[in-house]
Amino acid sequence: MASTILQLSGITKRFPGVVANDRVDLELKEGEVLALLGENGAGKSTLVSILYGLYRPDEGEIRIEGQPVQIASPAHALRLGIGLVPQHPLLVGRHTVAENLALGVGRFWFPAQRMVPLIEQLARSYGLEVDPHARVHQLSPGEKQRIEILRALLRGARVLILDEPTSVLTPLEAEALFRVMRELRSAGKSLIFISHKLDEVLAIADRVSVLRRGKVVGELPVAEATKPRLAELMVGRSVSFERKRAEPRLGPALLEVRGLQARSSRGLPALRDVSFSLRQGEVLGVAGVAGNGQSELVEVLSGLRRAEAGTLSLEGKPLVPDPARLFEMGVAHIPEDRIRMGTVPPMPVSENLALREYRKPPLARGFFRDLAAYEQRAKAQVQQYAIATPSPSTPTRLLSGGNIQKVILARELAGSARLILAVHPTYGLDVGATEQVHQILLEKTYQGAGVLLVSEDLDEILALADRVAVLYQGRLQGPFEVGSLTREEIGLLMTGSSLPTGQGGAA
Amino acid sequence: MRLVPDPNPPRLRVLWVSLGAIAVALLIAGAVFAAYGLSPLEAYRTMLQGTLTDWKGLSEVLRRTIPLLLVGAGLTLAFRAQFFNIGAEGQLLMGAIAGGGVALFLPLPPLLSLPAMFLAGVLLGGAWALLAAWLRSRLGVNEILSTLMLNYVAQYVLIYLINGPWKGQNVRGFLYSDEFAPYEQLPTLPGTLVHWPTLLLGVVLALALQVLLTRTTLGYELRVVGENPGAARYAGISVPRVVLVMAIITGGLAGLAGVGEVAGIHHRLLEPAQISLGYGFTAVIVAWLARGNPALVLVTAPLMGIILAGGDLLKISLNMPFRVIDVFSGVMLLCLIASEIFVRNRVRWGRR
Repeated sequence: MASTILQLSGITKRFPGVVANDRVDLELKEGEVLALLGENGAGKSTLVSILYGLYRPDEGEIRIEGQPVQIASPAHALRLGIGLVPQHPLLVGRHTVAENLALGVGRFWFPAQRMVPLIEQLARSYGLEVDPHARVHQLSPGEKQRIEILRALLRGARVLILDEPTSVLTPLEAEALFRVMRELRSAGKSLIFISHKLDEVLAIADRVSVLRRGKVVGELPVAEATKPRLAELMVGRSVSFERKRAEPRLGPALLEVRGLQARSSRGLPALRDVSFSLRQGEVLGVAGVAGNGQSELVEVLSGLRRAEAGTLSLEGKPLVPDPARLFEMGVAHIPEDRIRMGTVPPMPVSENLALREYRKPPLARGFFRDLAAYEQRAKAQVQQYAIATPSPSTPTRLLSGGNIQKVILARELAGSARLILAVHPTYGLDVGATEQVHQILLEKTYQGAGVLLVSEDLDEILALADRVAVLYQGRLQGPFEVGSLTREEIGLLMTGSSLPTGQGGAA
Repeated sequence: MRLVPDPNPPRLRVLWVSLGAIAVALLIAGAVFAAYGLSPLEAYRTMLQGTLTDWKGLSEVLRRTIPLLLVGAGLTLAFRAQFFNIGAEGQLLMGAIAGGGVALFLPLPPLLSLPAMFLAGVLLGGAWALLAAWLRSRLGVNEILSTLMLNYVAQYVLIYLINGPWKGQNVRGFLYSDEFAPYEQLPTLPGTLVHWPTLLLGVVLALALQVLLTRTTLGYELRVVGENPGAARYAGISVPRVVLVMAIITGGLAGLAGVGEVAGIHHRLLEPAQISLGYGFTAVIVAWLARGNPALVLVTAPLMGIILAGGDLLKISLNMPFRVIDVFSGVMLLCLIASEIFVRNRVRWGRR
């Protein structure tokens, strides 16, 4: 039996109005991966902050190898052997990997150069391939994350906390991360893996602790855990993973795209001869590693980017590069970035709900806005979409991610949406909110709308889509009927390989 | 002491922090007075007594308030659209030039000439701001630099005009234009330099802009563009169009203020420093204090008016250099900007 390296008992942390952690007990053994599972706001981040010395608990005790400790600061946590890999890497983009890693530990003279052998040695022993001389801004999110892991290891961390590490990674990068995590575990490191993705937890963890409203509501070995059981613990009720409709009712063609070409913002070809069609009532999934033309495709369809060549038509009418007119034609857009594009965070919910239709009555009476109409409409939509907000006049930036997404859905689907462009619609949302968003989208397909679902989450695409297409370097493969391809085959297409002949087959 | 981010600061705190910033500015400026060998209390007493206790002082305050009100109200709009217009001084001078040009050279029926002067001032002041806005929309030129630099261009255009083609017939060595005809001069309150038609315009326009910002579709677009240009594009709002319209309004109000100064006080065109005591810059403080609310300028403009008029008194009664007021304004702006951190964060005492 491995010895216990870290033990929390009765950790309680209160903030004005909430108990973020309520008598949390946790035990971490040497050489194990402990998953900390919980919805947004369950208290995972608070617990991490306590472990990393950013907060001090109001009550409770932390023991490291049996010795009680008071973790006073991140520097202290590092000295005690606790390292944190933050969700969003905190690195200096213009500096090299070695320069970044030398920060805080390097010698005075030639700090970066002296780091290089150390980095290479660590990288070799844990499978963390990274070029010490590469500039950080050229690296992918996965590589940046590896640097953060290296940094913690260089500081001598024995306990590594990974805060939602897969949220910025593609499925392939996530796989690579899991390999590194297994290497670390077999080298005797202890890992705390924070996530709300059940599949990942089941794939990598040895034990799971589930947090709900600040309390540990369950602790079990992964061998005994199942997806529904974990979800139920996490949400507090049983959750449906069944999304597929029994029989999709497909209507006539809705969107026709022929020979579409477009360039990226940097002027490089981003879409090459893309053709596909989407029928009424259909969900078409677009899979692919980020940066292979998905953003450009959605931007062209939503009027934010001009096509260089090709024809686009919605129910026979040509699409114009004008977002406002496209919305009138029935093109709804649930954008990738709900903070920077989808909403105006400082503005109240009621004004965010009006972003599409503020020019039209009843919201506008000529040049003037009808504030009563804003309020009335917002109240109705808040109720219809069960948006949790104190009032329609609350700034949207105070809402949770799931509720911000519901504001966007309410606004975009309010009109007669025919074509719904949904980009990572459940990114960062917890299980409960994800279920709601999926239900809303499927509901619309019953009413004859078509959904173009762009997602990096293959599970999401496989659960919702009727057909799936893969973008790789601007070329579209497919669409294929969802049942005709395996996950692995889709994964192959995402990396640019072609399928062996006779498999899949265009639908 | 620790700062805890507060995403939703209560309005009352914004008020207290602003008042606190002003108090700190008064303390620092007081230290400057003391270094000059003057009791700060004595200086502030002189400033307040001379401005608020008699009609003459009050009228001086009002006179300074007029341009601050107009320019400041326009600037709140620009700041809400995240267009940092530091060029109101130049826009004001271009307004004065346009108004003066109409007065001096455009033969019009007397009843029409003042409205035409105001209109010309609005148009040229607006065009001056539009230039910077267009440069930003088209070429990505930083508007802080372009508006700032256009101030100097405006100053030298004015100096050139009164030195050359528009130089008055009977002014000998002075840099003046000819005097405007009586019907081209604004009426003032008896015995003062308060050109009340401009004051009235300022009050009405400040309130009108508040309505524009909060109650109209244009105001909505302007706030969306200012808070999140990405969302504006996404919703199909033309960001350049909104910025250009905003620039015309903010520059136009500054131009209007310029016409008011020359038609109400000087009755001729003269050197830039005589037309404007840096109103375009002081108005930045006025707009900042009002936190982007045009109607609040009705409170903050008189406040800065007191400080400007008080500076005059310091010069006359206490023999201090007038430029001490620039120090005052500068310190105040710095304190206000620095105080932002206390608006966005809560202060918690003790560790943790």
